[in-house]
Formats: sequence, C-alpha cells, structure tokens
Amino acid sequence: MVKELLVILISSSLVNNVVLSQFLGLCPFLGVSKKTDTATGMGVAVIFVITLASAVAGLIYQYILVPLDITYLQTIVFILVIAALVQFVEMFLKKFMPALYQSLGVYLPLITTNCAVLGVALTNVQKSYGILTGIVNGFATAAGFTVSIVILAGIREKLTHNDIPESFQGMPIVLVTAGLMAIAFCGFSGLL
Amino acid sequence: MNSAKERLVNGILKENPTFVLMLGMCPTLAVTTSAVNGLGMGLTTMVVLALSNVFISLLRNIIPDKVRIPAFIVIIASFVTVVELLLQGYIPFLYDALGIYIPLIVVNCIILGRAEAYAYKNPVLPALFDGIGMGLGFSVALTCIGAVRELLGAGEIFGIHVMPESFVPVSIFIMAPGAFFVLALLTAIQNKVKIAGEKKGKDMSKIQSGCGHDCLSCSDTGCAQRLYDDKKGQEAEGAPVKETEKKAAGSEETEEKITESKEQKEENKNG
Repeated sequence: MVKELLVILISSSLVNNVVLSQFLGLCPFLGVSKKTDTATGMGVAVIFVITLASAVAGLIYQYILVPLDITYLQTIVFILVIAALVQFVEMFLKKFMPALYQSLGVYLPLITTNCAVLGVALTNVQKSYGILTGIVNGFATAAGFTVSIVILAGIREKLTHNDIPESFQGMPIVLVTAGLMAIAFCGFSGLL
Repeated sequence: MNSAKERLVNGILKENPTFVLMLGMCPTLAVTTSAVNGLGMGLTTMVVLALSNVFISLLRNIIPDKVRIPAFIVIIASFVTVVELLLQGYIPFLYDALGIYIPLIVVNCIILGRAEAYAYKNPVLPALFDGIGMGLGFSVALTCIGAVRELLGAGEIFGIHVMPESFVPVSIFIMAPGAFFVLALLTAIQNKVKIAGEKKGKDMSKIQSGCGHDCLSCSDTGCAQRLYDDKKGQEAEGAPVKETEKKAAGSEETEEKITESKEQKEENKNG
C-alpha cells in the first residue's frame, strides 16, 4: 500500500507533471510566474485547493454518485462542487484565519475554474483511485505544479536582464523556457 | 442570412480563437499531437459551443444577471456530458485519443467567453452561427497545428506518409516539449504581425499576446471580460442590450431609493 502511494507520489509530481506534460493549469503557470514569491504563494494555494477538492470530489463520487447510479453526471457535479468549495474556503479563511487569508486569499479566486483542479478530480475517477489514493494523487499533482511554477519564476527573473529579440519578448520566450523545462522533466520518465 | 455569413467569417478569420484571441490554450497544446486529433477536438468543441450558445441565447431573458456564470457552467457541462457519451458510443477511437480533455472542454475559455460576450445578449440564430464560426476557427487552427507537429514529428499528415525516406522524424515535436515550442513560434509570429501593424499605425488591440498574459482565471474575469469589452464597441449589436441593462440598473436604483425612503420614514416615526 505504502509502496503504491509512493509510486503515485513520484509519477504525478515529476514524471507526469501536470503542467509540463499534461498542459493543465497553463493559465496560472504562465500568468503568475513573474516573481518567485508570488509563484510560491500560488503554488501553496493550489496544493491546498487541489488536495481538498480531490478529497471532497472523491467522497461525493463514492458515497453519492455511485450509490445513486448517476456517475455520468460527474463532470457537472465536480465543476459545481469545486467552484462552491473555493468560494467557501475563501469565506472560511477570511473569517477564521485572517493571517492565512492575507497570504493565500488573492490567489484563491484565480483557481476557481483552473482546469488542473477538475482534471485531478476526473483522473482520480478514471483511474478508479480510492479516496486516500485520490488525495495523495491530488497532493502530488499540486506539488508538481508548485515545483514547476517556482522554477519557471526563477528563470523568468533572470530573463529580465537578457537581450531578447523583439518578437520573442513576453509570452514567446516564456513558452520556449517552458519547452526546455519540459525536455528536462522528460528525463524523470526513467525514474519508475 | 448576411449576419450568419458575417459571424462565420468573423469566427474563422477576424477573431480566430487560437491565432488571434489566444483562447483555450490547454486543449490546443495537449491534443494536437496529430492532425486527426486536432480536428476531432476542434469539431467536438464546435458542437458543444454551438449547442450551448443556442441554449444560453434562448434562456438569456430568464437567467438572472447575478448567477449567470454558474448557470452557463451548468449548461455547458450538460452538453459536454452529452457529447462525451456520444463519442464514447459512436467514435471510440477519438474518445480514447482525447481522453480527459473531453470533459475538460467545460473549462475551455472559448465557450464561456462566447457565452458571456455574445450568446447572452443576442438572438438564437446569430448565436448559433457565432458558435459554429468560432468552433470552425478553432478546428482549423487545431488541425493546422496538429498537421505541422505530425509532419515534423512523424513525417505524416492525417496518418499518410508524405516526407521522403531520408527524413528522420524529430519526435520531440509530437511530445510535450514540442507543443510549447510550436506555441512559442506561433506567439512570436503574432507579436511580429502586431509590431509591424502598429508601426504602420493600424489598431492592433484585438490581437492578444497569449492567454496566460491576463487571463488568470480564464472564465469569469480574464478572457470573457476582455471579449465583453471588445463587444461594447460594436453598437449596432449591443445597443438594445445596453438599454435593457440600463433599465435593469435603473429599476435596482429606484428599489434602493424606495427602501431608503422607507427606512427614513421609519426613523422619522421612531424619532
């Protein structure tokens, strides 16, 4: 059991990196990676939301959708649950943990319709993971996202001092960077 | 029928969702490993887009303004589920190839963007053709990108071998990094066109540099809002809607005034 979870942990965070090999969560990956500290904040918020969302989605799937035999409604249910969950988490943090809200709050609304969150919930169902395995998979996926966004932010900070051709300034050079990072992450596929 | 043709041309050329507006980049990168996959994804998205546009346009007077985004999402998610089940039943090879990206059409910013920017404030027929036009534009773009990646990465187009025997396939182009490189080149070309156009003094504000640039939460603030702002300029289509919006806003204001005056009266009574 532990070995299985460890394999999921490594494969979801490094080998099948959510951004660099599955292209989920690309919008925040490109949009919020200008500075390392904001990237870290976004990463932590994503870990928090995805882990929570995969737990809640797993519970709802296992104990509501399967017994009622309406698993075909999973897409609709998941997207609504995730949107509501993020709103709820935001309100909860604002009310009870203002310090945490200060640091994570601004990123939460940006995650509401992030495709990575829905993607993880759907992958968990597709691979018929249990609830615990699903949570581990969610955490690992989000950790992979955090690792890659922080690395990209670090590279982008260095890039600002470089001389880049006019038409490659802005998004194109970031995408080239992401492509090179994706090549590097291909190297992890020998790990398992 | 003139407006129908205009919507189609607009979707395919003037406001091509991929090449001009840079929307829906996640599926664009993920499924364009071959021309067939790109075409399949494009057409699937087109069906969902056309159906959801029609439905949102039909319900535009019923859906309250404040809960429109959740309502859109429910409508879109329903059609995505329908299309997913149809694909699973009738085109299983495409269902297997596209995998998780079919349900993820729900969070594609093109669909929510068009719902917000066009379908919610226009009659059924233009909304239908807007959906078909945008969907076709997306399909064309995805097929082109897929064909380029397939040609360089495997030496084939639509599974037919076209490159000479001596050509060694650059397999990185059908892997994940290739997607980033192709998109990088695409945005670089787009930048070039934009810069050249601006030097000549043309208005190039419609061309956006990458979805990630300002489309953080793709749907509710980023792209959709941007498209919405674009549409505000087009008075001929927007004018009747604006009036109703003003009316709605006006009625809200009067309601507030009424409640305020009531409160004042109560205070006076108490006083």
